Amino acid sequence: MHQNIVALSSIGRFKSPSESKGCSVTSHDNAMSCGTAKRPEDLPQAVWAKIQDHPCYSEDAHHYFARMHIAVAPACNIQCNYCNRKYDCSNESRPGVVSEKLTPQQALEKTLAVAAAAPQLSVVGVAGPGDALANAGRTFAAFELVAKALPHLKLCLSTNGLALPDHVDRIVAMGVDHVTITINMVDPQIGAQIYPWIFFRHRRWEGVDASRILHERQMEGLEALTARGVLVKVNSVLIPGVNDGHLAIVNEAVRARGAFLHNIMPLISDAAHGTHFGLTGRRGPTPDELRLTQDRLGANAKLMRHCRQCRADAVGLLGEDRGAEFTLDKLGATKPFDPRQREMYLSVVERERADRRKAQETAQMEMTTPDSPVLVAVATKGGGRVNLHFGHATEFQIYEVDSRGARFVGHRRTEKYCGDGHGEDAAMAATIAALGGVSAVLCAKIGERPRERLAAAGVVATDQYAFEYIEASAITWCSTRFQNADRAASA
Amino acid sequence: MTYMIVAKNCTGCGACEFECPNKAIKEKGGAFAIDPKKCTECVGHFDTQQCAAACPVPRTCIPAPAA
Repeated sequence: MHQNIVALSSIGRFKSPSESKGCSVTSHDNAMSCGTAKRPEDLPQAVWAKIQDHPCYSEDAHHYFARMHIAVAPACNIQCNYCNRKYDCSNESRPGVVSEKLTPQQALEKTLAVAAAAPQLSVVGVAGPGDALANAGRTFAAFELVAKALPHLKLCLSTNGLALPDHVDRIVAMGVDHVTITINMVDPQIGAQIYPWIFFRHRRWEGVDASRILHERQMEGLEALTARGVLVKVNSVLIPGVNDGHLAIVNEAVRARGAFLHNIMPLISDAAHGTHFGLTGRRGPTPDELRLTQDRLGANAKLMRHCRQCRADAVGLLGEDRGAEFTLDKLGATKPFDPRQREMYLSVVERERADRRKAQETAQMEMTTPDSPVLVAVATKGGGRVNLHFGHATEFQIYEVDSRGARFVGHRRTEKYCGDGHGEDAAMAATIAALGGVSAVLCAKIGERPRERLAAAGVVATDQYAFEYIEASAITWCSTRFQNADRAASA
Repeated sequence: MTYMIVAKNCTGCGACEFECPNKAIKEKGGAFAIDPKKCTECVGHFDTQQCAAACPVPRTCIPAPAA
């Protein structure tokens, strides 16, 4: 079993910290702050049933469940200025090695292999590398094969929306109950700065005309899907200087049409990717700019903050990518999927979720409230626990702690500190920069040197909460710090 | 009169294959190619060449030089 997955053995092994302490204050008013309910009671049961094991739709689920993308959709019907098709779409699927194109049959084989190796797998999605519905034949053929072989998996797809109104009936009939639409604007004048052209009804459209058509099709598709009970997430690429001031209007427009979640993603822009924006020096937003834009949308914006902008062939929990383990040449003879293993995993997760929530409530009960919100970074490989070595982390999950408890507010990417021994100083400097504004790092283990470097930068790093639940640990760390500060002040 | 695809630029996305009214486009070693015997430049079907209009890479799906 791969190191980076939440192994059944590792998740159940540790005793719940909740047993040692009392109970319980529940705060419901904050649970929707990242748009993804933590608790079933915050949501209609029917909606919770749909999202509880979908890592992209539920922040809570993303600690426990994995998704895989099958790259059966290479063609696209629009051109975006943040995308260069030679390297996949750099925003809908991060650039790197061009993904292996799969036929529907190959996609089925890959899905069977992943399901057998990872009982965490809940979702199979088509997210490109082009547009799922510009390749509707291949996308639906793959879904049919997967649904027949592995009926417990949820199906989802991601589209720019141009072809969406033509496929709503098929989406509903196939039981695809999660659709993501990328909507970067509701004003064609702004759209014209993002989309140089679209291909629609047998011709190419350019300029404002192109964006007007795209916008109308997006809204029509969104309305039709939500009217039929399909959960729709809207992705918007935040492009500073183009749509940063416009996303509040986009948020209103998509919520009014029933979008379930709005995910604002930072523009990824680099001349090396060969995109128009990259080549013309249009930069992506800083982490602060992204957070400001998200915060400006307000408390009811239904924002998603745990998106990792994964590749079109990603496999695994959101923070990881096991895609390289499941390339075609490695599929060969794999063991068959075992439904008992999946059931066992589901029951472990149910218990873990309850324990984790109880631990958070207990910690909150005893907490000393910080004067202002505190950011705590966590190294985790999933399962809702502090369970990753600092040096092995490629990202940190960021929790905000205040009087209402601890809430996930985003993640920060970094390079692994532990590597081949080269460039550790550079990696450390990058990590410290990525942790700007963070007060503490909670991890399973950390070496003396990185601990000292972080301390010098004003960040406390501790392995005191190794393998404990994230939220409870973050709250307890803050409480301890403020109690100590009070004691020091009164001494 | 026919169109051709510059193989070294082709990303292999296949957008052209979907659109061709003559089924003249097939994948060959990761890139797509137009069968000149089947290509009609979409005359009688559409106002513009569908493959060229759908192709995401500039100067890649182009009129073939006269033989």
